Amino acid sequence: MIKSARLNSVGVFVCHCGINIASTVDIEEVKRQLAGYPGVEFVKDYQYMCSEPGQLLFKEACRSETVGGVVVASCSPRLHETTFRRAAAEAGMNPYRVEIANIREQCSWVHHDEKEKATIKAVDIIKSVIERSKRNESLSSVSIKTVKKVLVVGAGISGMQAALNIANSGIETYLLDREPSIGGRMAQLSETFPTLDCSQCILTPRMVEVGQNKRITLMTYSEVEEVSGYVGNFKVKVRRKAAYVDWDKCTGCGLCSEKCPKKVPSEFDRSLGRRKAIYSQFPQAVPNKTVIDRESCLYFKTGKCRLCVEACPLGAIDFEQEDRIEEIEVGAIVVATGYDLYEKEKIEEYRIGYCEDVIDGLAFERLLSSSGPTQGRVLRPSDGTVPKEVVFIQCVGSRDPDHHLPYCSRICCMYTAKHAMLYKHRVPDGQPYVFYMDIRSGGKNYEEFVQRTIEEERVLYIRGRVARLYRDGKKVVVVGADTISGKKIEIRADMVVLAMAMRPSGGIGELSKKLKIQVDQNGFLSEAHPKLRPVETLTRGVFLAGCAQAPKDITDTVSQAGAAASMVLELLSNEELTHSPTTAWVDEELCAGCGQCVAQCAYGAIELDTRRKKAHVNDILCQGCGACVAACPSAAVNQRNFSISQYYSMIESIV
Amino acid sequence: MNVTLSSSELKKEGIEKTAQLSGANFFSCYQCGKCTAGCPASEFMDIPPHEVIRLLQIGQIEEILEKNSIWICASCITCAVRCPKGVDLAKIMEALRQIVLRKNVNYVHPSSVSKEELRTLPQIALIANFRKLTG
Repeated sequence: MIKSARLNSVGVFVCHCGINIASTVDIEEVKRQLAGYPGVEFVKDYQYMCSEPGQLLFKEACRSETVGGVVVASCSPRLHETTFRRAAAEAGMNPYRVEIANIREQCSWVHHDEKEKATIKAVDIIKSVIERSKRNESLSSVSIKTVKKVLVVGAGISGMQAALNIANSGIETYLLDREPSIGGRMAQLSETFPTLDCSQCILTPRMVEVGQNKRITLMTYSEVEEVSGYVGNFKVKVRRKAAYVDWDKCTGCGLCSEKCPKKVPSEFDRSLGRRKAIYSQFPQAVPNKTVIDRESCLYFKTGKCRLCVEACPLGAIDFEQEDRIEEIEVGAIVVATGYDLYEKEKIEEYRIGYCEDVIDGLAFERLLSSSGPTQGRVLRPSDGTVPKEVVFIQCVGSRDPDHHLPYCSRICCMYTAKHAMLYKHRVPDGQPYVFYMDIRSGGKNYEEFVQRTIEEERVLYIRGRVARLYRDGKKVVVVGADTISGKKIEIRADMVVLAMAMRPSGGIGELSKKLKIQVDQNGFLSEAHPKLRPVETLTRGVFLAGCAQAPKDITDTVSQAGAAASMVLELLSNEELTHSPTTAWVDEELCAGCGQCVAQCAYGAIELDTRRKKAHVNDILCQGCGACVAACPSAAVNQRNFSISQYYSMIESIV
Repeated sequence: MNVTLSSSELKKEGIEKTAQLSGANFFSCYQCGKCTAGCPASEFMDIPPHEVIRLLQIGQIEEILEKNSIWICASCITCAVRCPKGVDLAKIMEALRQIVLRKNVNYVHPSSVSKEELRTLPQIALIANFRKLTG
């Protein structure tokens, strides 16, 4: 490719970035100082190197064959390294001979008060990158074959949506959930805002669609045990938990549950109802199979009972069943593990008021649900009477950076308005009150819904946080303030519903470690970029959807799941994936086989040949982080185009 | 000041009567304060116009009737014209005045008015003097 050029000669472009760089760094001075620097063939400047005319200038230089490499002094390589490397490849230059010198984020933006010094620093940065560039090798990308299968972790509405989109595009999809049935939180909801569609009525057709889809393999009552491999080639060990029921035989007829003598509070009904020790989560469960809760089952506890065995006409009960580990290979993973509610016990100042009649929002959903423990009638859990004065409290645990969680849980304003409205529909002579801090109803038809609740249903909204709950006989006294009128308010309520903050669901920490993806300070999964890469993680091939990433409503969850599915499809539409060749390599002459690099590698990319006592880097797994290079005591590990000798020359050029 | 709220408190006679006489749904008000901001007389009122509505929403009509605000209101209807939720506050003010006036309480006895005052004061001022509690 490069014929006449000396490989160690470079051309330099200095970008003004409008005034972002040029108002701080004196571009003419930079050019003066670099002209004649050893190995520099030319120095040119331009207003915006990333613009089309700027790229044309750049390509011309690549094509001219007078230089072996090009340095672009501009913004961070995170932004335009790809732009220029691609342009170089188009112009016939090896893309790995293009380097970016960051004189914006690391110079002009942080030193705008000291222009002279900033100019000196810009020159130093560029010189050091020139030195590195002169010693660059022409590399070619590593390519990887992809497995055209996908794992979706979490089978709530977001996981289901992503799985359907992917499977309907012709790709085999595994849909995993730790619960026995798919459906997730949405299956627990009564009606959905702002249309008041019955949640189950719109969800169950989707669940059936998932169950019938030939390309979706359901792995319910399962958990991710271990993940290895890399984008395009993940190997996932899945723990299929023992249900103590042979699901191949079980038809979900429910005779076993009928006969089971042991009743325990139902998690699905938020403990407002009871289930048996052998149970299926809800009538429309998919797959409709039963499981035995080992902790509650009398046979497991006492060795006696076995009534379910007698009841089952198909002989499906199997007390001997054990957890199985199944290994699957997939090219991409979507994480859609959803949310839990913040525990109400953590709100100290409300605790003395707690009784059966103080419940969280999800429990109220179960009370409103036609398939719930009261068949949709709003009844006090303590005595089964109809509550006439009901207080709803928003922001419980949310927006309280000093004691609880700093963020807004985003859906509570809307579901509380819905709760108050539905309560008023069920109990027309009842009076609902809502304590709120702000009403955040930014969604299509959301504000109208809230206003309807206030105007037509006459729900009294009181602006203020509740300071205290206490019990007085059968009543729960709610003490708050109305900051609009400046009055302290007391309400003797029959029932209190707490809109608890949303948290990522339990176990997300361990799962994120297994997948090597990051969580933010609140435990939600981190996206690669908050604006431009909202469904990707920093680990290639792992995508996000739903409330595992941040609190969001069903509308946004479904949109995000679709976006995650499209990213998966884009990734797997390639037969082969390319991978940056700036990977580490081991000089076997120097390697003593100590294995320190193996311990440092976060990607499992280095193996130690114990017989030969030599380390070996797998190019495909290596992410080019350089940890092994730093760890090696004998300087046997080097990274391509980031070699130790390159670093020495960079340092020498500036000190 | 402490207020204990209940459904009976929120639906008591004066509140329902105000809603009926004014024909306005004051529960629509979201307390933006534009009525107060635009009111040419609000600075002379004991409580600003938006707070009159808030007190109605939380059933505290007695407090409104103790204050001069409804009598300061000149029914210029700037509030009603500007309200984003179409709450006719001018009509609400009038309804509240009617609630007081219909009690037929004379706050000043005619015999206490001197002949001199009777001769010089306009009739409308005299009637206002008898009926309105303007402080």
